[in-house]
Amino acid sequence: MIKVRDISKSFGDKMVLDGIDAEFSKGKTNLIIGSSGTGKSVLLKCIVGLINPDQGDVFYDLRNFTEADKEVKSEIRREIGMLFQGGALFDSKNVEENVMFPLEVLTKTPLDEMRDRANHCLKRVGLENANKKAVSEISGGMKKRVGIARAIVNNPNYLFCDEPNSGLDPQTSILIDELIAEITHELDITTVVVTHDMNSVIGIGENIIFLYKGHKLWEGNNADITHSGVSQLDDFVFANKVMGKMRGI
Amino acid sequence: MTGFGKYMIFLGSLFVRRETFATYYKLILEECVQIGVNSAFLFILVSTFIGAVTTVQTAYNMVSPLIPRFVISQVVREMTVLELAPTIMAIIYAGKIGSSMAGGIGTMRITEQIDALEVMGINSSSYLVLPKIVASILMYPLLVVLSGVCAIIGGYLVGQFINIITPTEYVSGLRFGFNDFEIIIALTKSFVFAFLISSISSFKGYFTKGGALEVGIASTEAVTSSVIAVLLADYFIVNIMLR
Repeated sequence: MIKVRDISKSFGDKMVLDGIDAEFSKGKTNLIIGSSGTGKSVLLKCIVGLINPDQGDVFYDLRNFTEADKEVKSEIRREIGMLFQGGALFDSKNVEENVMFPLEVLTKTPLDEMRDRANHCLKRVGLENANKKAVSEISGGMKKRVGIARAIVNNPNYLFCDEPNSGLDPQTSILIDELIAEITHELDITTVVVTHDMNSVIGIGENIIFLYKGHKLWEGNNADITHSGVSQLDDFVFANKVMGKMRGI
Repeated sequence: MTGFGKYMIFLGSLFVRRETFATYYKLILEECVQIGVNSAFLFILVSTFIGAVTTVQTAYNMVSPLIPRFVISQVVREMTVLELAPTIMAIIYAGKIGSSMAGGIGTMRITEQIDALEVMGINSSSYLVLPKIVASILMYPLLVVLSGVCAIIGGYLVGQFINIITPTEYVSGLRFGFNDFEIIIALTKSFVFAFLISSISSFKGYFTKGGALEVGIASTEAVTSSVIAVLLADYFIVNIMLR
């Protein structure tokens, strides 16, 4: 479980996050949603420690990450897997080497075992025949799947996904969403996904928090989101024409 | 001054939360190939031609029959050992390797590859930059020696080719009044310049913000700042060691 307490962050005069409290449960896909520029990615980066919040704390299973020294932070980070928006794969390595990378640097696993583990993870994300391909040779959807394989190769306790569907077609987006949800349940890990894709919200949102102008306005799940009673959330949910038609039903 | 302070903190960060020796060993070898082996051809080409041109131009300026011909190769030797091999090559090194380091690390920054390393619990600056600095310090002095040898050979070959100095005169000039302390000065310069170019270029790349345009700007700034640092360091080293 990850707990976020009273997180605030400003850039210059602009307050991006204002006193956010949230809890992300283990074994569930937790979603942070909101329009562009509402602070979703900043919140995610505060949680993983890529940005230091101005105030507030982040707890990983009762361990205070924000106040921890570099060594402890490093230890906690070794339990984290993260899928970045653009994949963030290393161009100098091929697909298999990218997936093996966390094991290579963070563990003393023998090479054969590392390769087996990497190929197992690649198979898990449906990329068993792409292991020797260069990063530049694979599509956007494949990059996301390699990113997921790399994120789970070290058996993480926490999985973070920053807009996993950006730049993907609707069908591939659904596949990625399903993969994230399946992995979360299979490994019983705490997954936090930042998204503004309503398909993801409806499809995999077991616990959802809605951010609006740096504030948390609503928390619930995909069953409740269409009748939240929060006008800003309704505007977000029903912005899509298809969803807009549903609003009247 | 803020930039200098940030640079010093950056250098300090290279030595905390380091990875295993085996990890660095592999990375340093890769960087040595990238920095040393892949730059050798350019260094050989440039220094051979500069050595040749220096010989021709020195001969052209020596119009007095009272000056012996072996002075030509003496001038080539002095220029090569003291300035051409360590300093002029450092400027070329900054242009080729420095810009490549800044561009590579800058691209990793804007494509979130550095964030990915940090999230994994890896000290990204130490992992990415330390091997580049170590490889640079190992390889650049070798490139300087190679460059010096090539410049002298270039001068020798052109001297024979256009018949301005005999082989005996050329070798006599190389040996006449040779002070081996100059080699120590050249090697000292090469270690200092290698450190400055690799660390400044990596620093510029590491703190890139924005997109492709900013990566280009970081590469340009890396070369400019490295060249300025090299020229300043050159002045101080010569002042200290030749007093």
